[in-house]
Order: sequence, then structure tokens, then C-alpha cells
Amino acid sequence: MSEHIVPVRIYVTIFLTLLVGTALTVAAARVDFPYGLNTLVAMTIAVAKATVVVLYFMHVRYSTRLVWVIVGAALFWMAILFAFTFADFWTRPWLSTQMS
Amino acid sequence: MASHATTAPEVHGHRALQHHFENMEQQREAGTLGMWIFLVTEIMFFGGMFLAYTLYRSFYPMAFASGSNHLDITLGAVNTGVLILSSFTMAMAVYFTQVGKQRPQVICLALTLVLGLTFLGIKAVEYKSKWDDHLIPGRLFAGNPFDPVVAAHGDEDPHKLHLLEGATVKQVEMFYWIYFAMTGMHALHMIIGAGLLTFLLIYSLKGRFDPEYHSPVEVIGLYWHFVDIVWIFLFPLLYLLGRHYLH
Repeated sequence: MSEHIVPVRIYVTIFLTLLVGTALTVAAARVDFPYGLNTLVAMTIAVAKATVVVLYFMHVRYSTRLVWVIVGAALFWMAILFAFTFADFWTRPWLSTQMS
Repeated sequence: MASHATTAPEVHGHRALQHHFENMEQQREAGTLGMWIFLVTEIMFFGGMFLAYTLYRSFYPMAFASGSNHLDITLGAVNTGVLILSSFTMAMAVYFTQVGKQRPQVICLALTLVLGLTFLGIKAVEYKSKWDDHLIPGRLFAGNPFDPVVAAHGDEDPHKLHLLEGATVKQVEMFYWIYFAMTGMHALHMIIGAGLLTFLLIYSLKGRFDPEYHSPVEVIGLYWHFVDIVWIFLFPLLYLLGRHYLH
């Protein structure tokens, strides 16, 4: 079993996708989306760009299951970091009588 | 893997094969896995800073927007393009190593290095303009404390700080702490990456890598793409978050 060699065509496609994504995020930043959705739009584009980099430039799509587990673990721990921190900060005002 | 056990072609294995590995494939997979574990620690490391960013931005949304609007969106966007192109040339360097073409491999590594240094050059230009506008937070440099000139209403001077409704200078200083911590740490990773690429370039010129043995190119490539991903998030979060308030 030898490793998978990603064809050049895919690398070029990913490169162009990333450029389009960058242009898109700059353009979207100048639009005033309703309900303050600008950050959501920007992050959606960023996550999409990061995903194609991880899957194709970093070959995760063609890597062993163990690599998938490692990458998944990183994302899971990031989710814990954010979820627990914000569970704290968002609920602090609920104790408003004791908060300064 | 096990299918070769009887013919044992790996006994006189590749010169780069370490004695504690069965064969080159196992060695390469172990290397890639190890690099990914390192990258997980890097994700955690940057994750802490992204958390700090999110938290303080939720406290001071308008100050973050005001500070962000002072950044040069053109330089930021150009640098994003430079970094994406460098990721592409890095991926191509891995490809040419895998198919055993040394000359294009050397060219791609050299291009990646040059593009990385271009990014750092543009970053330096940006830092200099923040220095000139007294936007270095705290009192890190004697004689140049954080002290931006706040623009009056209607004043279009780009070197002055334009505060949006509800933002204070002190809060904008927090944005710049985070801006310099995150872009500075990212730039440090770029500098380390440039060092690693120099190493790759030298060994590539010596013809050390071939389709059987290209782990160093592969894992340094992983590192380089990771640094690119950090920037993919930093660019919209730092440069673009307040533009829509300007209309």
C-alpha cells in the first residue's frame, strides 16, 4: 500500500477556491447584514476555507483513520474550551444581585 | 504491510530508514501522526488566544470594531493572498517530491520561502504604521506609549483613531493587545517556518528527498498549512469586523 498522491488539478482548484473565498469575505464585510450576521458570514467562509486546506493541502482526506481521530480530538477540545467559558460568562448576569 | 514479510525487501531498506521502524511507509505514517499531535497542541495554544479575542470582543464590540477599522484592509487582504499562494507552492513542493522531480521541488520550496518572507515584510510595514499612530498597547516602548489621537466627528484623517458610538480609547487598547499578541505569535510561527523552509531548501538542493523519503517536506508542509489556517481566521476577525458600521 503506497500513499495517495494528490493530483495537481486538485491543488490548483483548492488554491483558486481559497482566493475566491478571500475575495468573498472582503466583499461580505462591507455589507451590513441584518441581525449582526456579519460575523457568522465571515466565520462560515473562514471555516470553509480552513476545511479545504485541512482536507486537501494537508491530505487529511487521504490520511489514516488515526489522523482523523487526532484532528477531531483537537476540534472537540476547542469546543469544550469555548462552550464552558461562555457558559460561565453568559450566565454571570443571571446572578445580577451579587455582581458588581 | 505484512504481505512483504517473507520476501523481506526492507532488510536493506532505504538509507533514511530508522532501525526502529519496519519500513518507510510505517516511518512516514508515524512521522505524520506525530506532526498532527504537535499541531493539536498548536491548535490549543492559538485556541486560548481566540477565546480571549471572543470574550473581549463580546465585552467591547464597538471598541473592537473601531480598532479594526484602523487596520489596513488592503495590506491584510494582499497578505492573505500571499499566504494562500505560499500554501499552494508548499503543496506543490510535496507533490514534486512525491513524484521525484527535484528541480521543481527546489523551485517550489524557494518560492514558498520568498512568499513567507514577503508576508513578514508586509506585516512589518503594518506594524510600523501602528507604531507611528501610537497604537502599540501599554508602555512596551519607552517614549511611545499607547496614545492615539482621537478624530473629531467628520475628520477623515486615517492616522487618527475613529471611535464608533460606545467605544473608549481604553477599550481599543485591549483590541490592540490582542491584535499584537495574535499577529505577533502568528508572525513568530512564520519566522520559524521560514527557518524550517531554509533547512528543507538546503537538503532539497543536496537531493536528500525522494518518493520513498519525503517526510520532512510533508510534515513541514503540514506546519506551514496550519500557520496559513490561523491567518485565514485572523484576517476576517481582526481586519474585517467593523467595516459594515461605516455605511
